[in-house]
Formats: sequence, structure tokens, C-alpha cells
Amino acid sequence: MPPRMALEFPLMLRALPFALAATLLAAAPAPAQDTVKLGLVAAMSGQSAKSGEAIVRGLSLAIDEINGKGGVLGKKVELLVRDDESNPAKGVVAARELVQREKVAAFFGGLDTPVSIAIVPFANQTKTPFMGVWAAGTPITQNGAPENYVFRVSAVDDLVDVALVDYAVKKYGAKKPGLILINNPWGESNEKGLKAALAAKSLPYAGIEKFETNDVDVVPQLSRLKQAGADVLMLVANVAPSAQVVKSLDRMGWTVPIVSHWGPAGGRFTELAGASAAKVHFIQTFSFSGNPSPKATAVLEGLKKKYPEIKSLGDVTPAVGIANAYDAMHLTALAIAKAGSTEGAKVREGFYGIDKYEGLIKTYQKPFMPTNHDALSASDYIFTYFKGDEILPLTN
Amino acid sequence: MLTSAVISGLGLGSMYGLIALGFHVTYVVSNTVNFSQGSAMMLGAVLGYTFAITLGWPLPLAAITALSLCALFGAVIERTLVRPFADRGSNAWLMATVAGGIVLDNVVLFTFGKEPRGFPSVLATKPIDVLGAGVYPLQLVIPVAGIAIAVLLQLVFSRTRLGKALLAVVQNPDAAKLMGINVRLAITVSFMISAALAALAGLLIAPLYSVHSDMGTLFGIKAFAVAILGGITSASGVMLAGLAYGLIEALVTAYLGSVYTQIVAFSVVILALAFMPNGLMGRAAVNKV
Repeated sequence: MPPRMALEFPLMLRALPFALAATLLAAAPAPAQDTVKLGLVAAMSGQSAKSGEAIVRGLSLAIDEINGKGGVLGKKVELLVRDDESNPAKGVVAARELVQREKVAAFFGGLDTPVSIAIVPFANQTKTPFMGVWAAGTPITQNGAPENYVFRVSAVDDLVDVALVDYAVKKYGAKKPGLILINNPWGESNEKGLKAALAAKSLPYAGIEKFETNDVDVVPQLSRLKQAGADVLMLVANVAPSAQVVKSLDRMGWTVPIVSHWGPAGGRFTELAGASAAKVHFIQTFSFSGNPSPKATAVLEGLKKKYPEIKSLGDVTPAVGIANAYDAMHLTALAIAKAGSTEGAKVREGFYGIDKYEGLIKTYQKPFMPTNHDALSASDYIFTYFKGDEILPLTN
Repeated sequence: MLTSAVISGLGLGSMYGLIALGFHVTYVVSNTVNFSQGSAMMLGAVLGYTFAITLGWPLPLAAITALSLCALFGAVIERTLVRPFADRGSNAWLMATVAGGIVLDNVVLFTFGKEPRGFPSVLATKPIDVLGAGVYPLQLVIPVAGIAIAVLLQLVFSRTRLGKALLAVVQNPDAAKLMGINVRLAITVSFMISAALAALAGLLIAPLYSVHSDMGTLFGIKAFAVAILGGITSASGVMLAGLAYGLIEALVTAYLGSVYTQIVAFSVVILALAFMPNGLMGRAAVNKV
């Protein structure tokens, strides 16, 4: 059961300064809005809290840079953070508050695909640009709305699945992969994607097994896949359940290559899964480690300066949240500047108008088009593994 | 595949059994149960982790301290969330103990942290070979510990003065009091034993799993199903039901596939209760006048 009750307390504390500020502002004659407000709806508490922290860091660092150069439209950029507690209903309430009361020009989303999917119709209805920086669910951007206000700088499940199958075939010569997937909508979405990607290569699969977040022992599921002749495992699950798969494999003594979605990146995978954690090759959009680009060095330095608690590369895992958010914030500022306005419809056109942006993950050329709201494509993904608490890129 | 499924099933089953024994102990003494059992299990693992890993205490000391603190937690639950309601003849302790568990889960979330942590153990690093299946020694320790505790409880309740005194409390509290039994203390002690059993389950499972604030929720629910299935009044029935439930889960997953696990396992619980309303080894409540 996701935590609920005690969360009200810190939320109240966090809201207190806002409430005080609101009272003070109400007393003074209201000044014209002198900042460009942008929102974030992400998990700031609960098991995914670390993801929210990473996003805030990426966004804040970019905002400092933008404001250092005079902001956008001559105004400073201000970030308003709301906690969705990984709960879709709370996410929608937070989005409504940001859009209708705070009148944000655009807002960002968090790690959880179900939360983002719940927010999408609201963003489209109110014509407020909603920028995904983590959740990879395909329908978030491909939502079928006639006027789509949802953009994303992150991985997309369907493309990830194609990349996972490609990697399994190229690296391990997979002929009959077995699928081991978490039993939730994310696992479901990837089940479809992986099946389609396998079908496109006319590859058969050994089997599809599901397991629960709280399963202690995945040996029965894995034994089925082993008996069916799986030669590579395709894994889709968050960090703790992914670790249970690795531990169960160890116990069975089955050494099989594991190609994984980015779940393991979400926490202390090596501590949870033990030495075999390094055998799991998983997808990322970005890694600071082994990254020679001067931009990566500069951003890492900036992060260490702004957040003294960051000392080693292990403290910025997973880097995807930071990097996606950093680039997304810069792209959003460019779109607003291009639009010359904070009005949703114009900002949306502004996104299409971005020609080139030299970002952290890559140099974006025409990142958004009316037919493509995803700035990253399969060729931007990299494969990585855990060495201790650090995520390192694989060279081939 | 059969061997590994059976061993998995027995290991998990005895975890369910241990937590379910906690439901049994308080039920036979006071007709109430502590629905925060899942949280007590989590607390055992979290405290064990904190003492043994974070503070680096020797494992036996860490385990004993964690178990004692969890027993204390059981006493607090009884005094604050069960007794005030039970004394008034209200059933509100039911909701109060659920709420107590949620409060504890969230307190741990904010103090222990949000990330799942790994709890290494020498008993769960090198698998040994049992009839062709790889097994951690810990997986064999768990069922042995579970069954031993169930047998011990059964003996205490049926053979010893203490056990009889505890059972007398539920039959007729007034008469028990007249016989010189400290009724209130007896009930408190049953809640302490109950929480300590769940904590023991938490400590045992932690190295096979990860330590986090909501690790006990699902175990708590399954353990209650197991307690009812076993006939909550019989310790051996409860343990047997735990083992059976764990075996069903593992075998269904191994032979039918994981999609069917929960459907089949809980359907079996419903069917079993339809045909044996008092559980496997329970007996119908008899009101002695």
C-alpha cells in the first residue's frame, strides 16, 4: 500500500511558507506578475522520491543558468513544485492547482507513467504545455488529442523495447528471449512493445512471465523460462523487484544474459542485488560517467556547486532524471522565448519553432514537430551497467 | 523445477505462518487481533538493519534488541489502540490497529528513508544444492524455525500453567481474575509475543528480500488469510495453512504461470472456507455458560 497518512504533515509544512507568502501578498497591492511561473508535478515522497529530487536538481540548475542570462521574456523563471506521491488522482489535483490558480506557463511531469497519463487530458483541455522528463509510457505523448500539448525529453517505451531487442540480438545473438515483467501497467505497456519488436524481427519468445513488486522469490517464474529454452532475459521492473530477479537467478545458478529497461537505475541496485548486479545491462538516455563532452563536465560541476551533498558520481544516479529535466527546461525556455508569450497555444507553436539547441544529452535539431512530440529517439539511448554504486556506459 | 518450487513455497509459507501465529496468539487470549502485524514485521527488519548494518552491532545483539523493541511496540498497540476500545465493548480496535500500522509505516518512511536497502547475511550468499535445486541455507532455516515455534506455542498453550492461564482469560475474564490470573497483563503479553513473532519473520526474510517501509503490507494481508484458513484457534493449523498457502503459490506459479498465482491461491482460500468454515484445524466457538 502506498504511504498516505503521514504525508499530509510535511506537505502542510511545505505549504506553510506559500500560505504565509500568499497572505502577505494579499495585503500588499498585487504587483503585476513579474516572473514566468513553471510547475512540476512529481513524486517528492514515497518510494520514488529520489526521482523527484533528481528532476528538481536538473530543472533548478537550468533555471539558474537561464535567470543568470536575464530569464525569459525579460522575467525571471520561477519553479513551483508539487508532490503527486505517485498517485494519479493527487497528480491531477496538483496540475489543476498549478494551472488554474498559479497560472503556470507550462509544467513538467515525473517518473510515474500512470500519473502522467492521468494529467494528459487536463493539459490538452486547458491548452497548457506539459513536458514529460521521465515517465516513458508511449501514450503520454501519443495521446490522440487533436491539439496535443504534451511534449517529452525522455525515453519512449515502444522505442526502448525496439532497442532492447536489437541489443539482445546484436550483443548476445538472442534467438529465443524470455520476458520477465513487473505486473503493472508499465510492464503491460512493455509487453506489447516487446512483442511487437520481436515480431518485427520474426523472433519467437520462450515465454512471458509476470511478477509482483513484493515478490520475494522469482525462481518459479524463471524456472519456467529456463525450461522453455530462454537464451536471454528481457527485464522490465523497478529497482527492488529487479534485484529480486537477479538474486533468484543466482540461487538457481542460471547464468543468462539480462537486458533490462531502466528500472535498476532507480536505486541502490548493487546493494540490493549483490555482485551479480553488474551482469544486468540496462538502457539510459544519459550518463555522466565516461562522458567526455565539456557540457557534461560543466553541468556536473554546476550540480556539485549548487548541491554540496553531491560528492561523487554515485550521488547523481540515476543521471537520466537530472539530464532529461535539464534539457527539457532549456527547451521550454526556448519555446517560450520563441512564442514571445506565456500563452499555451503560442508556447506550443514555440516548441515547433525551436531549430537547434546544444543540450546536455545531445544537440537537438528541430526536436519537436507536430507529428513528433518526443525529442529523444532510439539512437540517443545508451546501454549501461552498475559498477558498485556508479552507472557506467557499455562501450559496444 | 518441483524441488525448487517446493522449497520456495515452504520458505514463503513459513513466513506467512509465523506472522499468522501472531494473529493466533492474541485471538486465543483476547478475541482481538493486531492488524498492524505486517508493520511489526517491517519494524523488525528495519530495526535489525539499523542496529546490525548502520550501527554495526553484532548480529545476535541487533536481533535481540530489535525483537524486544518490537515486543514493546506490540504492548503499545495493545494499551493504546486495542484496550480502550475493547473495554467499551467496541470493535473500533479493528480500524485503530490498521491505522496504527499505517502511521508506523509512514514514520519509518521518514526516519529510515524511502529507498529499499539490502540486508546481507552469511546464510544467503552461497546457494547450496538440494536435490538439484539451488537453495540458500537461510531458506531451510526459515521453515525449521517456523515449525518449531508453532509446536512450541501449541505445547505452551496445552501443557503449561502459563498457557492455560492465558486461555482462561478469553473463556471468562472475570472468573480468570478470581482465580488470580492477571488478565490485563496476560493480554498485553499476548500482543508482545504476537509482534515479536512478526518481527522474527521480518528479520528472517530481510536477507532474501529488501528492507523498506512497506515491505510488510502484503505479508500482513496474506498472513491474515492464512490465519483464518488455518482456523485461527489452532497454532499447528495456522502454521500448516501457511505452508499450504506458500506451496500453492509456488506450485501454481511454476506449473500454470504467474498470471494465475493470486487467482488460484485466493480462490482456494475461499473454497476451503466454504467447506470448512472453521478453517483447517479450528473449532467452532463454544460459549460455556
